[in-house]
Amino acid sequence: MILRSAAMSSSSSRSALSALLRRNALGRRQRRRHLPAVPLPLPLPLVLRSHSSAAAASSGSAWQPRRLEERRDRPRDCDYDHDHDRDRRPPIADEPDYDTLGPTSRLNLFTAINSAMRTAMRTDPSAIVFGEDVGFGGVFRCSQDLLEEFGRDRVFNTPLSENGIAGMAVGYASAGGTAIAEIQFADYIFPAFDQIVNEMAKFRFRSGNQWNCGGVTLRTPCGAVGHGALYHSQSPEAYLAHTPGIVVVMPRGPRCAKGLLLSSIRSKDPVVFLEPKILYRSAVEEVPDADYEIPLGKAEIVRTGSDVTIVGWGAQLRTLQATCDLAAREGVSCELIDLRTILPWDSECVVSSVRKTGKLIVSHEAPLTCGFGAEVVATLQQECFFHLEAPIQRVCGYDTPFGLVFEQFYLPDEKKNLDAIRRVMDYSK
Amino acid sequence: MFATKAASLLLRRSAASSSSSVAAVAFLRNGFANGNVRSMSSNVGTFDLTGSFETYGLDTAPKNSVEMTKEELLKHFELMYTMRRMEITCDNEYKARAIRGFCHLYDGQEAVATGINAAFEPEDSWITSYRCHCVALARGGTVSSILAELFGNIGGATEGKGGSMHFYNKASNFYGGQGIVGAQVPVGLGLAFANHYNATPGKPMQVAIACYGDGAANQGQIWESANMASLWNLPMIFCIENNHYGMGTSQDRHSSHSDYYKMGNHIPGVRIDGMNVLAVKEGMRFVKEWVGAGNGPMYVEMMTYRYHGHSMSDPGTTYRNREEIALTRSTRDPIELVKRTLIDAGFADAEQIKDIEKVIRKEVAAECKAAKASPKTAIEPHLYEYVFSSNGGKKQNEFPPHIRMPDFAKSKWY
Ligand SMILES: Cc1ncc(C[n+]2csc(CCOP(=O)(O)OP(=O)(O)O)c2C)c(N)n1
Ligand SMILES: [Mg+2]
Repeated sequence: MILRSAAMSSSSSRSALSALLRRNALGRRQRRRHLPAVPLPLPLPLVLRSHSSAAAASSGSAWQPRRLEERRDRPRDCDYDHDHDRDRRPPIADEPDYDTLGPTSRLNLFTAINSAMRTAMRTDPSAIVFGEDVGFGGVFRCSQDLLEEFGRDRVFNTPLSENGIAGMAVGYASAGGTAIAEIQFADYIFPAFDQIVNEMAKFRFRSGNQWNCGGVTLRTPCGAVGHGALYHSQSPEAYLAHTPGIVVVMPRGPRCAKGLLLSSIRSKDPVVFLEPKILYRSAVEEVPDADYEIPLGKAEIVRTGSDVTIVGWGAQLRTLQATCDLAAREGVSCELIDLRTILPWDSECVVSSVRKTGKLIVSHEAPLTCGFGAEVVATLQQECFFHLEAPIQRVCGYDTPFGLVFEQFYLPDEKKNLDAIRRVMDYSK
Repeated sequence: MFATKAASLLLRRSAASSSSSVAAVAFLRNGFANGNVRSMSSNVGTFDLTGSFETYGLDTAPKNSVEMTKEELLKHFELMYTMRRMEITCDNEYKARAIRGFCHLYDGQEAVATGINAAFEPEDSWITSYRCHCVALARGGTVSSILAELFGNIGGATEGKGGSMHFYNKASNFYGGQGIVGAQVPVGLGLAFANHYNATPGKPMQVAIACYGDGAANQGQIWESANMASLWNLPMIFCIENNHYGMGTSQDRHSSHSDYYKMGNHIPGVRIDGMNVLAVKEGMRFVKEWVGAGNGPMYVEMMTYRYHGHSMSDPGTTYRNREEIALTRSTRDPIELVKRTLIDAGFADAEQIKDIEKVIRKEVAAECKAAKASPKTAIEPHLYEYVFSSNGGKKQNEFPPHIRMPDFAKSKWY
């Protein structure tokens, strides 16, 4: 006997669904102003049939940038006042004076990042934002509403193609543009590594300064959130810091994130900007509404002290602040330094602090071996050999993958850091 | 395999009831309507698959009908229903915060894993993406080992280390779920190469299948793999589970090519109705035979749909509307389709199906309880063992000195 196995999908309901889908597809298409609204192939054929060929060929189903003349003619609703020849811009030397920056808003990390991108796009007509799902605001909402303000030409989704995203940023920046690209999670940066290490980092050097891609900023969320497991928790700063030619930045909170991201976007060098994702919602600060920049390559002394120097970056600063409070209760005065820029790092700041305190602890979430802490330690023992009163301590993640159930145990928390403080204090008694 | 209890239950019952009258009704309802009567028995049916396939670059095609026994169809139904219940359990447990982190559910796509598995042998290699709970189940996993993994318990398929995206099964050559989009495909190529290399001359080769999504289909790694697979004529199946969305981006927004089965260029392809387990099975039988005969790789596109959002943090309704989901559920649901087929074939009646469902629901609940009862994975030695090989019991997986254990006395550097 022959039985109809597809008996349940009656032809009337089938065509209802097709109509519905066609309507949805059309609605979306029409919103793309520059594409003709032609009937589209069904995204979800119920009766299987070849649904793309002819229609897709005539509609051009891929996103296409608007022609250049059209862009030039577009009325400008904002004031583009920056000098875009990056090499002519003077380096940013000074810390912003927050007292003179005017009104502030309470922002968390993702809204601060959003504010920085918005500011950059308003002041630089060549700035574009792209990456996986960024048109909808991105998985962490950092690019929320940018599409509405700046349009599809400047804010757009890409396919899942990390190497393509990074490479496209390099090309666009080499041609003079400002590319703000997003890699959805730092764990997905590895497919893009070739473009970062071999193309992005070396373009200026290998072309004898004829070309450069200083206009690239590659933003990516990093770090643990408590349950991200193997592929959503990593902090790859040390892999990146092994690459001369790129700047690696990691902010510790909303206020410095905005200033650092603005200087990264305007920097003469390509920047990989790592955003500790645990802070996106949980860190809230008063952030100036103004346009301000924080110098790259400069550490910040977050807390002055006399007994022990503690160095960290990103979300780890929060843990370290708490550690300093615990230590203070035991009568230990800690000097806390946020590197902010991991490459090139501000060794001077750390060296002068350790010459004062004689003790150093470096702490990061990434695994211990070859973590960036190792670099700090190596430099410090060379520069401060006679000032050291105790062996330098590293309090870091472990040399294991980031197993789902082990996260809390894995992280270099306050207690582990406090223990290290006690140890170095014991030495110098 | 899990759920055999339910199967035997039904078989016992139906043996008692006279099945001939049921079959006669089905015959009237369907056989005549088709005008294409073949030999039949009450335990075997021939099912029409017209319109379930499209081919590209091939001079043969999957058959337009498939024969299936009552036992087999019941087995498929039970597996798929178990999958559905398991994913619903995951959803509930996630909402109750017993499961944390990343969790990608497969409900809506059950026919794909079930049908592929039905066409495959355990010796064939299978690798897939992070949406892997149900492939693990099809490849011989148990509901409790899958749920325990999600809970982070020692009874989990990988001892709670990996969580949602990490299931493996050596016995059935299941190389697992991978967290990085597209990364499984070149690995699948290596599996195909191994099958090619190890093949017995004169015999069909075992095949390798790499499953990935419509969003993944444009990752550079896949194009590289396609070229190598074709260049070296490997028994490789590139299987795109086209659920029409890569996270929140619909396929027309992320791909310039929407006929995924034609993406291999000169590599032939088949598009299969991935909501119909019979079509998936027959289609994959055809593909496996063709690829295993040494004809080279093939592209397969499974037309399917995911009901849940991309992961648990995605409600799944911002980039598509509820009507689309509801209409798919009411007109294309893979499980409703098998149920209907079982009834139409006279293999079971609605009552019997309800009974099976009841048994499965109970069993999944029991397995969930068992998974919860499994203890949390201990740090020692699970945190550091298997980072390297055991190297004959020497060194590498000894307690690493930099790890500070909860028991301070054991911490070497502290
Ligand atoms: C290299 C990489 N980029 C991005 C991601 C994040 N991500 C995980 S799944 C996914 C969507 C994939 O869609 P598709 O391939 O269609 O598979 P589906 O989820 O629909 O099964 C994205 C963007 C990732 N895991 N790896
Ligand atoms: Mg998809």
